Amino acid sequence: MCGIVGLFLKHASLERELGTLLAGMLGTFCDRGPDSAGFAVYGDETPASMKLTLRAPAHYDFKQLVKQLENASGPLPHVIRDTHMVITVALAREQALRRRLCDLAPEITIVGAGRRMEIFKEVGRPDVVARRFGLPGMAGTHAIGHTRMATESAVTTDGAHPFTTGADQCLVHNGSLSNHNAVRRELRRHGLTFQTENDSEVAAGYMTWKMREGLSLDQALQASLTALDGFYTFVVGTQSGFGVLRDPIACKPAVMAETEKWVAFGTEYRALVDLPAISAARVWEPEPATVYFRERH
Amino acid sequence: MPTIDLATTSLRELNGMLHRLQRDTNETHWRVLNPRGQHAIAVGLDAPVLVEIEGHVGYYCAGMNKDAMVIINGNAGPGVAENMMSGQVHVKGDASQSAGATGQGGLLVIDGNAAARCGISMKGIDIVVKGSVGHLSAFMAQAGNLVVLGDAGEALGDSIYEAHLYVAGSVKSLGADCIEKPLADQHRAELSRLLAAGGVNGGVDISGFRRYGSARRLYHFHIDNIGSY
Repeated sequence: MCGIVGLFLKHASLERELGTLLAGMLGTFCDRGPDSAGFAVYGDETPASMKLTLRAPAHYDFKQLVKQLENASGPLPHVIRDTHMVITVALAREQALRRRLCDLAPEITIVGAGRRMEIFKEVGRPDVVARRFGLPGMAGTHAIGHTRMATESAVTTDGAHPFTTGADQCLVHNGSLSNHNAVRRELRRHGLTFQTENDSEVAAGYMTWKMREGLSLDQALQASLTALDGFYTFVVGTQSGFGVLRDPIACKPAVMAETEKWVAFGTEYRALVDLPAISAARVWEPEPATVYFRERH
Repeated sequence: MPTIDLATTSLRELNGMLHRLQRDTNETHWRVLNPRGQHAIAVGLDAPVLVEIEGHVGYYCAGMNKDAMVIINGNAGPGVAENMMSGQVHVKGDASQSAGATGQGGLLVIDGNAAARCGISMKGIDIVVKGSVGHLSAFMAQAGNLVVLGDAGEALGDSIYEAHLYVAGSVKSLGADCIEKPLADQHRAELSRLLAAGGVNGGVDISGFRRYGSARRLYHFHIDNIGSY
């Protein structure tokens, strides 16, 4: 089970509605993944700055944390959304802020970082999670999301998707990997660290490692076809678009659709039915072992 | 003609109405609006009626069909017409994987492409696909016919029993125990009948098809049982 969705807008006219549309898509898959949900939204960027998405335990006092951080580094624009907070920090000060966060608030996890990407994920029904974070109000060029029915590891926020694979990059996964323990051991030898026993985090780590070795995301996805064993459909988000890859035997369902204004991915067609002008969309099933990539240039 | 809008009527109500139809019903032509990818639309029908569905459907549409004709004016999700007994299912768009799986009889026509595992474990159904089929189609196919006007993906007919496979385009690879066989006169006649049943009239050269079937090395076929197939 599990459900994944992705929406890529080809031009600006729908950008204010991105969050509303994605929330609708995610909500459809409450039955495919009632345990947890998460999404990544690619929104505005501030010149020469990074956005860090922080996740904290419930009822955390983010305001107090911001005050402490600002004492050391000056004003830090931030938006608090339930258990998450997005901080915008000048590129030059990012590393210092990360170190200070580590010292000041070890209970905080940085779930994602990027010029444009913000990641939110929590335990709970997808429609509830989307509401808690105010997804319907979010704008941007593209977004991906995941609803989880836990199989390989526990129902925790750490096990919720998306998993970040680097700055402005993240991955959602439908399926289960059978060689994730072996791959995790190998990746640890290459210096990667993992926060969970989750198989999908290993897939994200694998992409991170391959791209660190100099491969493009496209090439990293290709390489995963031989390195990762099991069932998977991956959707990966990048600063400028998203990519889709299904395992060679196409174990998990997948549907894509395209109109003049958008390209969408859904585990099932049901997730796409409320997208604008869906009745005129071209709807097709992506081929197995084939990388599909859509980017805005 | 009853028209059921699934935006206002629940799927269970629709299927309940269709299941209650007697074989001699006068309500022989139904239209279903707004399927919106829902699962199990028009499953388990057993009266000779026509059901037209306007839009894309989800999993298992027209599964277990008996005697009815179901037309899908859109794409179908996984397992369309699975375990069909008789009647006809016509997908005007593409079908996802496992189309016609385990089908015992009747005719499944797909105007577009069918994804992986089309006709998996088919047991007597006839399937005509006007586009191409994905990998592992006709896996363990026992009886019936699969006609593909386009190409077939990897491992066509893997572990096949006695189903007949006809492909006009290329075959990426044959599965275990599946081999090409000569297209004899009786096969041309069979193919001609299947193409006509699938609404393929003219424009198709029967000589362009190649026939595939079982090498009978993998299962315990005994010539004395030939009459059973």
